[in-house]
Amino acid sequence: MLETYLKNRLKERRILLMTHIVMGYPSFDDSHKLIETMVAAGVDLMELQIPFSEPVADGPVILHANQKALSAGATVQKCLELAKTAAASFNIPFLFMSYYNILFKYGVERFAGEMAGRGLHGAIVPDLPPEEGSDYLNAMRTHRLSPIFIFSPTTSDARMKMLASHARGFVYCVARKGVTGLDTRFSGQLETYLERCRQATSLPLALGFGVKDRTDIDFLKGKADIAVIGTQTIRLMEQRGVAAVGDFIAGLR
Amino acid sequence: MIDRGYYNGFGGAFIPEILVATFDELEETFRKAKNDPAFWREYAALMSNYSCRPTPLTFAENLTRHFGGSRIYIKREDLNHTGAHKANNVMGQGLLVRRMGKTRVIAETGAGQHGVATATMAAKFGFQCTIYMGEVDVERQRPNVFWMERLGAEVVPVREGSRILKDAINEAFRDWVANMDSTHYVLGTACGPHPFPEMVSYFQSIIGQEARRQILELEHKLPARVYACVGGGSNALGIFSGFMKDPVELVGVEAGGRGLDTGQHASRLCAKDASVGVAQGYKTYFLQDADGQMRETHSVAAGLDYIGVSPILAQLKESGRVRFEAATDAEVVEALSLTIRTEGVIPALESSHAFAQAFREAPRMSSEDCIIINQSGRGDKDIFTIADAFGDPKWQEFIIGKAGKYHA
Repeated sequence: MLETYLKNRLKERRILLMTHIVMGYPSFDDSHKLIETMVAAGVDLMELQIPFSEPVADGPVILHANQKALSAGATVQKCLELAKTAAASFNIPFLFMSYYNILFKYGVERFAGEMAGRGLHGAIVPDLPPEEGSDYLNAMRTHRLSPIFIFSPTTSDARMKMLASHARGFVYCVARKGVTGLDTRFSGQLETYLERCRQATSLPLALGFGVKDRTDIDFLKGKADIAVIGTQTIRLMEQRGVAAVGDFIAGLR
Repeated sequence: MIDRGYYNGFGGAFIPEILVATFDELEETFRKAKNDPAFWREYAALMSNYSCRPTPLTFAENLTRHFGGSRIYIKREDLNHTGAHKANNVMGQGLLVRRMGKTRVIAETGAGQHGVATATMAAKFGFQCTIYMGEVDVERQRPNVFWMERLGAEVVPVREGSRILKDAINEAFRDWVANMDSTHYVLGTACGPHPFPEMVSYFQSIIGQEARRQILELEHKLPARVYACVGGGSNALGIFSGFMKDPVELVGVEAGGRGLDTGQHASRLCAKDASVGVAQGYKTYFLQDADGQMRETHSVAAGLDYIGVSPILAQLKESGRVRFEAATDAEVVEALSLTIRTEGVIPALESSHAFAQAFREAPRMSSEDCIIINQSGRGDKDIFTIADAFGDPKWQEFIIGKAGKYHA
C-alpha cells in the first residue's frame, strides 16, 4: 500500500521527495539513467509521465519534453516497458502520470491491469476529475492501485472532502494557479492553503508546481509530507546533463 | 457542476482541478442568462444593431437555373460584422463576461475569423484581449493578425506542437488556468468542456431561428435539405437547430482535404482514421493514432483544420439525425469559383465545403424542393488564401511587385 509506505518513510524523514520524468525524453536510455540517478540520490517516489500530444496542464518545459519524446518515437508500449524495468530494479514506488486519453484509448481496465502487472503503485491523471472517472476508479480499486487526486487553491473545502473520499496513497496539492514550471511564492498564503488541505484528509500531502531548491523544501517541512520536483530537473538535465541532476537532488535535503 | 453536458456519451468536462470553480461560475452565469427571457432580447437587439441581424436568406436564382434541380437559398452569415457567424457566439459570450464582471478575454484562432471577432468584441466592451494563434496560421493569415492588433489585441504566436488551431487552444487553456479571476476564455466553437458546446450552440441558434422563419415566408414550406460546413461545428449546429424537429434532412460537410484515403484531411465523422477519445476537455471523435496521440490534419480552409468535432454533432451522427459528407480541397475551390461568377457572392473557403456538397446533390432533386446552404463566412477578406487556392498569376505578380517596393 502506497499510503503505508509513505507513512513509514515519514517516520524517518521530515519530508519526502517525489521527482518526475517524461519517459522517452530525450531518449529511453536517458530516461533509464535518470531514474537510476534519482533513486541513487535518495528520492522516495517517482512519477513517470507518458507523453501526450496535448498536455494542457503542463508549462513550456514539460510540454516541450512531451513533444520531443513523441517525435523521437515514444509509444505507450515503450513507456510500459521502461516502467516495468524501473519497478523491478529499484526499491521505491513508481506512479504513472499522463492525460486521460492515453488510458482511455488503451482501455482503462486493461491499462490498470498492465500497471499492476508491472509493479506500479498508482497514477496521476490531471484532466480526469472523479465525476468523469468512475471506470478509472473501479479499475484502480480492482487492481489495488492508488488514484492520486489533486487539490488546488481554488478548490472549496467541501470539494476537497469529496476528492479525498476518492483519493488513495496521497493527495497532490497544486501550489498555485497556472501551469507547471513557473515560479511559486512560498509564503504564508501557501501555508494557510496547506492547512486547509490537511483539514480535508488524513492522507499524506504532496506539494508541487514551482518547487525548485532547498529553500523551498525547507519551507515545506512540517507543512507538507512530500515535495514534488518536476520541471527543475528537466531544465537541469537539458543544461548540464544527467549527472548534475543527481547532485542537485542529493543537495535538497 | 451537476449537469456535465453529455450527449449520448459524448461531451463531459475533463478539466484540471484548478479550473473547476471557474467552470462552475461560467455554468451558473450561462444557466441564469438562458433562463432569463430578457437576456435573449438583449442579445438579439445587440446583434441587430451591431451586426446586421437578421442576415438575409438570399434566393440563388442563377445557381438554381445552372443546376436545374432544387431551388437554392443561401443564408448570409457572411454579412455579420467581421464577416462570419463567429460574431454571434463572441458577442453573446461578451454579454456573459460583463455579467461575470471580468475584464479580460482570451481566445484561440485558426483562420483568424474568431480572433478578429473576439478582438472586435473586446474593443466594443472595453476588455483587454489576448489571442493565441498557431505560428503556421500567423504566417498564412497575416491580414487578420493586422486587424486583431489594430483592434487592440495582443496576438501570441504559438510555437509548440503542430503550431495550428489545436495548439492555440492548449495555450489559451494555459493562460486561463493562471488568470481565471480576471479572464474569460471565449472558446470559438461548440467543442471543449461543458458548458461550451451548449453555450456556443445556444448563441448560434439565432441562425436557425431566422432561417426557418425566412424560408417559410419566402417558400411557404420547409426546405428539403440544409447544408453547413463542419469544423468544430458551431455554424452547422446554429442553422440545424432551427430544423431539428422538422422533416428536413440536415447535411454536415467536413474537410476532405486531399482525399479521405490520403490521411491529409480533417474529417472526423466520415473518415475511418477517427476514433472516440478525450482531449481538450471533452469526449468526441478525434483524428488520433492507436496510442491516442493527435494526428496532423489538413484542409485548404484553416477554419476546418481541427482534430475534434462538437460532441453534439457526434451524437447527431450516431443517431442518424444529421448526414455527414466530405468535400475535397479541389471540389471546394471549384464550387467557390462557380459561386462567385454565377451569383456574385464570395463564400469563405470553409463555407464553400457546404456549397460543394449541395452542388453535387441539387441537380438530382426536384424543382419543387428548396434547399438552404449556410454561407458561414465571407471569402473576400481571406484574399491571400483564396488567391493561393486559385493559383492566380496576376495576384502573385502584384505581391512580388509590392514586396519590391518595401525593399526599395
